[in-house]
Amino acid sequence: MHTVLGDKRAIFVLLGPALLVYSVIMLFPIIWSLYYTVQDGNPIVGFEFNGIQNFVTFFQDPAAWQALAFTLQYAIVLTILQVGVGYLLSLLYVFWLRRASGLIRTIVFFPVVLPTVAIALLFQRLFEAAPTTGPVNSLLNAFGIASVDWFGTPAAAFWIIILMDLWRSMGFYAVLLYAGLVDIPEDIIESARIDGAAGWKLIRNIVLPLSLPVFLSSLIFSINGTLKVFDTVVALTAGGPGNATTPLTLYMFRTSFSYGEYGYGSTIALMLTILCLLFTVFIFRSTRRDLTKEGAL
Amino acid sequence: MITATTRKRRLLPAGALLGAGALALAGCSGGGGSGGDSSSAEFTYLGQTENTTIISTLETLAGDACAAEEKTAPLTPDDIAGTQWDQQLQLLASQDALSNMSMAAGTPSLMAQFIDADQVLNLTEALEELGVADKIQPAAQSTIEALYGDGDLYALPTEFNIEGFWYNEQLLADNGVEVPETWDDLVDAAATLDAAGVQPFSAAGKDGWPVTRLVGDYIFRDLGPDALQKVADGDAKLTDPEYVAAADAVAELGKAGYFGDAVGSVDYNAAMNTFLTGGSAFFYMGSWALANFADEEQNQIGVDNIGFARFPAVQGGEGSIDQIPANVGIPVMFAEEGYDDATGEWLKCIVENYGDTVLADSGVVSGFVVDSPPADLPPTTQIVQEQIANAPSSVLWFEALFTSEGTSVSQTNGGGLGNGTLTGQQFMELVQAANDKG
Repeated sequence: MHTVLGDKRAIFVLLGPALLVYSVIMLFPIIWSLYYTVQDGNPIVGFEFNGIQNFVTFFQDPAAWQALAFTLQYAIVLTILQVGVGYLLSLLYVFWLRRASGLIRTIVFFPVVLPTVAIALLFQRLFEAAPTTGPVNSLLNAFGIASVDWFGTPAAAFWIIILMDLWRSMGFYAVLLYAGLVDIPEDIIESARIDGAAGWKLIRNIVLPLSLPVFLSSLIFSINGTLKVFDTVVALTAGGPGNATTPLTLYMFRTSFSYGEYGYGSTIALMLTILCLLFTVFIFRSTRRDLTKEGAL
Repeated sequence: MITATTRKRRLLPAGALLGAGALALAGCSGGGGSGGDSSSAEFTYLGQTENTTIISTLETLAGDACAAEEKTAPLTPDDIAGTQWDQQLQLLASQDALSNMSMAAGTPSLMAQFIDADQVLNLTEALEELGVADKIQPAAQSTIEALYGDGDLYALPTEFNIEGFWYNEQLLADNGVEVPETWDDLVDAAATLDAAGVQPFSAAGKDGWPVTRLVGDYIFRDLGPDALQKVADGDAKLTDPEYVAAADAVAELGKAGYFGDAVGSVDYNAAMNTFLTGGSAFFYMGSWALANFADEEQNQIGVDNIGFARFPAVQGGEGSIDQIPANVGIPVMFAEEGYDDATGEWLKCIVENYGDTVLADSGVVSGFVVDSPPADLPPTTQIVQEQIANAPSSVLWFEALFTSEGTSVSQTNGGGLGNGTLTGQQFMELVQAANDKG
């Protein structure tokens, strides 16, 4: 093995093709997109340099701010909910259901494997108000409450997206965190129990600190995934009503490809990238102390 | 042998690189795909999946009047969904891969970009050259020319539509409602119908435009036919109080619930179905809906029971009730790239024969001159022809002169006006802000 990897040509042969493909389909477009942030135009009318105008536009664009506000609201609410519910589920698997958790885990995980569009169609039908009355509104009607136009009201549409995404993703986070929890050595928990720790105390002082690395990974996964939400929103509400549920990604897509402003679209993409980076760094920083403490354990 | 092996080994990295490079390039080049490229061996057409009229008419022509052209360059149709239409066209145009003939961009401002970039054929010149320039109806021609701002013809009017309120004669008669001539009449009629438990209007709030059309028409009636041109030229803003009044007038209807429950979730087909099954009294729509009216399976209220009311006048307004809102639906354009003699022959044949064929087969009124009109046209089609013949002038629609973003923002917020969650002021601010960016 050493002789193969010591040979520069061998390294070149092994890495070269992958690196080339990666460069062509990932690095090159990223750099190209960066270049577009200082350009105005599209492939039909051509491009021209416009300095920092796109960035100025971004900061003065109420639609961009609204999209940013929605993105942040969605990312924070959903991250708290999906990691929180995922964690509760994983605790349920490990400490209550124990070996019998297999079936429940499978059932809760099931929505993860379904295509987003199929789930979105399901939820559209569930909450439908017109032309036919969906099951949720039928239920409301049965109790004498008038139908609610769920997708026509901004607040309601937001919570339906959250509900759908939570249902879709909590199984994934539950399994991820479950993997972290089963890794905690049984004897540590056992000795803590002997020392009198139980219930909430046990979780707070033993389980949570020991599962912190995987918890942290889940948070970073979640916040990055939710900041970049696209498919669920497009499939469920298409950003509506109006642009009440339009995240930055959808706004970027529309700006570039529907409105033909490639430069401004790239600027929005760059802003989104910076936002993801900031959040990731923030989460890392805010937990660094705990990590070192854990290293000492 | 040893040297040969060594050489082989030396060549290996190069071979691997070449292979990977070829793979990567193949991935990038993409191949014309759904758009189809415009080679002279065939006559390519790209349309929206939802529109079956154009393609079925073309296929009829290919088997009949244009058989000779079909032999030289066979018609090769393709279609994609209308929701992504403008995006797809932009992509194809940027790769010089537009089909010989395709449905035009839905947003006139995008068409203007194609025209500037010499992507689409100047049909004024081409038709002149082919000697068939007189085959386009002047009214339709001027509508298209006004749309793209260049003064020349860049698309063929496969439809020529007028818009207005279609109404259920029976429902109006039962409730003692006269056909409204003024906006106030219309509001009173809606109140009467609503009180009688009849849904006054059916509208597709999900699509938005059937609601925003009302705003545009109100502006034309109130402020005159050049009111939206002034906005496009920057001489007026949609947020000016006289423009906001129009959006407020429509928002009032929404607030009163005259568009029915959950109008923001109602799509085009559902709105059409509500009207055609007697669920609503009025239905603002273009005359392209004639095909649906003529379909007995869809139309439960009977084609004789449908009347047409022009968009009412606004009292004291500068516009008049006979300036009829007109459009050419989504016309078809020809690509500059790959335009040759065979395509020219097709163009000539289509211009000469499309109007007669589509009127006889589908009952669609096009912007082509019709040589031999069929004798037994349905009454609604006759109404449309009469209206077109008698209208002294026409007006465009609300978003016709907006930017792509302005159009999109207007239409996505139309549902908000329809269900009363947006005020006229809020709506106009959103649309004006989007237009200002372009």
